[in-house]
Amino acid sequence: MSPKTLYDKIWDAHVAHEADDGTCLLYIDRHLVHEVTSPQAFEGLRLAGRKVHAPDKTIAVPDHNVPTTAGRDNPDQMPEDSRIQVAALDTNAREFGVHYYPVNDIRQGIVHIVGPEQGWTLPGMTVVCGDSHTATHGAFGALAHGIGTSEVEHVLATQTLIQKKSKNMKVEITGKLSPGVTAKDIVLTIIGETGTGGGTGYVIEYCGEAIRDLSMEGRMTICNMAIEGGARAGLIAPDETTYAYVKGRPHAPKGAQWEAAVNWWKTLYSDDGAHFDKVLTIRGEDIAPTVTWGTSPEDALPITANVPSPEDFNGGKVDAARRALDYMGLTPGMKLTDIEIDTVFIGSCTNGRIEDLRAAAEVLKGKRVKDGMRAMVVPGSGLVRAQAEEEGLAEIFTDAGFEWRLAGCSMCLAMNPDQLSEGERCASTSNRNFEGRQGYKGRTHLVSPAMAAAAAVTGKLTDIRDFQ
Amino acid sequence: MNKFETFTGIAAPMPLVNIDTDMIIPKQFLKTIKRSGLGVHAFDEMRYDRQGGENPDFVLNKPAYRETSILVAGDNFGCGSSREHAPWALADFGIKVVVSTSFADIFFNNCFKNGMLPIVLPQEQVDLLMTDSERGENARMTVDLEAQEITTSDGDVIKFDVDPFRKHCLLNGLDDIGLTLEKAESIQTFETEAAQARPWV
Repeated sequence: MSPKTLYDKIWDAHVAHEADDGTCLLYIDRHLVHEVTSPQAFEGLRLAGRKVHAPDKTIAVPDHNVPTTAGRDNPDQMPEDSRIQVAALDTNAREFGVHYYPVNDIRQGIVHIVGPEQGWTLPGMTVVCGDSHTATHGAFGALAHGIGTSEVEHVLATQTLIQKKSKNMKVEITGKLSPGVTAKDIVLTIIGETGTGGGTGYVIEYCGEAIRDLSMEGRMTICNMAIEGGARAGLIAPDETTYAYVKGRPHAPKGAQWEAAVNWWKTLYSDDGAHFDKVLTIRGEDIAPTVTWGTSPEDALPITANVPSPEDFNGGKVDAARRALDYMGLTPGMKLTDIEIDTVFIGSCTNGRIEDLRAAAEVLKGKRVKDGMRAMVVPGSGLVRAQAEEEGLAEIFTDAGFEWRLAGCSMCLAMNPDQLSEGERCASTSNRNFEGRQGYKGRTHLVSPAMAAAAAVTGKLTDIRDFQ
Repeated sequence: MNKFETFTGIAAPMPLVNIDTDMIIPKQFLKTIKRSGLGVHAFDEMRYDRQGGENPDFVLNKPAYRETSILVAGDNFGCGSSREHAPWALADFGIKVVVSTSFADIFFNNCFKNGMLPIVLPQEQVDLLMTDSERGENARMTVDLEAQEITTSDGDVIKFDVDPFRKHCLLNGLDDIGLTLEKAESIQTFETEAAQARPWV
């Protein structure tokens, strides 16, 4: 038998039908649903008189619109359009009988944090959601990717997706990371190398010692941003770290089924000699704490660098860089560490997990945010929030002058009231620095949780290695 | 879904690379529970000022391009979020075809589900169409999906590739779900076998 990649193995285990031209029906093990990309899909089912094919494999949670301030289970806290959208999910979840975590449930949170936390996401599964950051679940060795609303409806109705296989790409991070360097820095560095289109048409498997050494939280940060490199999905082969995270979670297998599952999961790795269409290798020790300067996640540089000039680029990127510098209000040649910020956002499906909050709190212990700084922490789920309170992290944040919020997507995409105003500049642990992403004419610098915390204290983008 | 038929329309140049779905349709317009009516908000932040007035420099606001049905765009068009609101907004504006050197994967898929045709061409051909689309009133092209051809205003013919299954669905206006449900038996068989092989799922 010819050697297979991890992607090949998961793919092969899920093909329900293959047509002569290679178009497949891929069976979907878990379908995650949120309020923004699902109403039209449920409405489509209703109009066609269709049911949800597998409600027990479908999990819904509101996250994009929900306010993160106290008293939010009163729907009047939301503007009318948000309220209607959340109410639609509420109605649809109950009417179609899918698993549901409403806003007042402590298990509510960002869909990509809730799935793993509750044990819905398991190695070797296929996972989809009407959200590009579904790639997150690839950290478990699950084939996970975002889909549009028409495909949401297709999965609801058939539990399958019409797919053609992507190509295989391997990204290997060798050796050890230097102190101060985190999963976020790894993934920003990768995207800086490949560009936001570099992964288009591929599923990326991340491997190498530096990836193996990461916790599940760190692995989720890496896979989360696979989409920012254009890849359909990111994957990391499951190992003892994965099993330890999954074991005992509410929907993880138990007893004899656990043993059977682990036995299968242990076969989920890329065979020696398996073919990758593209390979990228980066030395772990070459990765520095990394930030973005522009309006695309590929605009990533080590914190020690200077703001580039349009002339540093080629082709269409020259104009794009000029536009980005203008939008970001930056001058070529200035040091990244001289960029002053006024807002800090810690949270999102990229960096809203307990380990992220621990890393930020570690930096903030005994410190105060700079005068005039608006700083907020938005835990990724109600359970992350509760754990952070139990560990005393919440107190560190509030003592430092951070707002301690309720769970949701919040300022990552600013669909709720948490937004940047025109010209505000934010050090953000989220995933996209697009124009207007965090608010009209708002400016975003993507950073790790520790770097966000340091920036809140100094008022500037800060090299965490120099921070005391 | 409507059948995709051969048409002649105005092509507009959008040479910027990495036009993301946040640019195509900003988040505040995602709070709808309908698919329709988003065309007026397409490219909102580039197209309008804060007071809602039109930005006269934006290509689709120029008199020659108000009836645009073809976009000729820079590399990696549609990157970012999975929001199908992006193709909904473009389709509602009247866009039927987007041409670029590459598209983000999810956006590319979403187009076909909405009767739109994204066409990938090599750089030199996109450059040629970009130049052609800068001719204002004269920037008219014909797109023939059956023959897989774009004919420029000068009569040059450019061939393009398209996945045969997707072409078939577009030309016939076929509903994916209906097609898949014809294979319900295969899905059922898969589920029975998977339940034995991986009962924990």
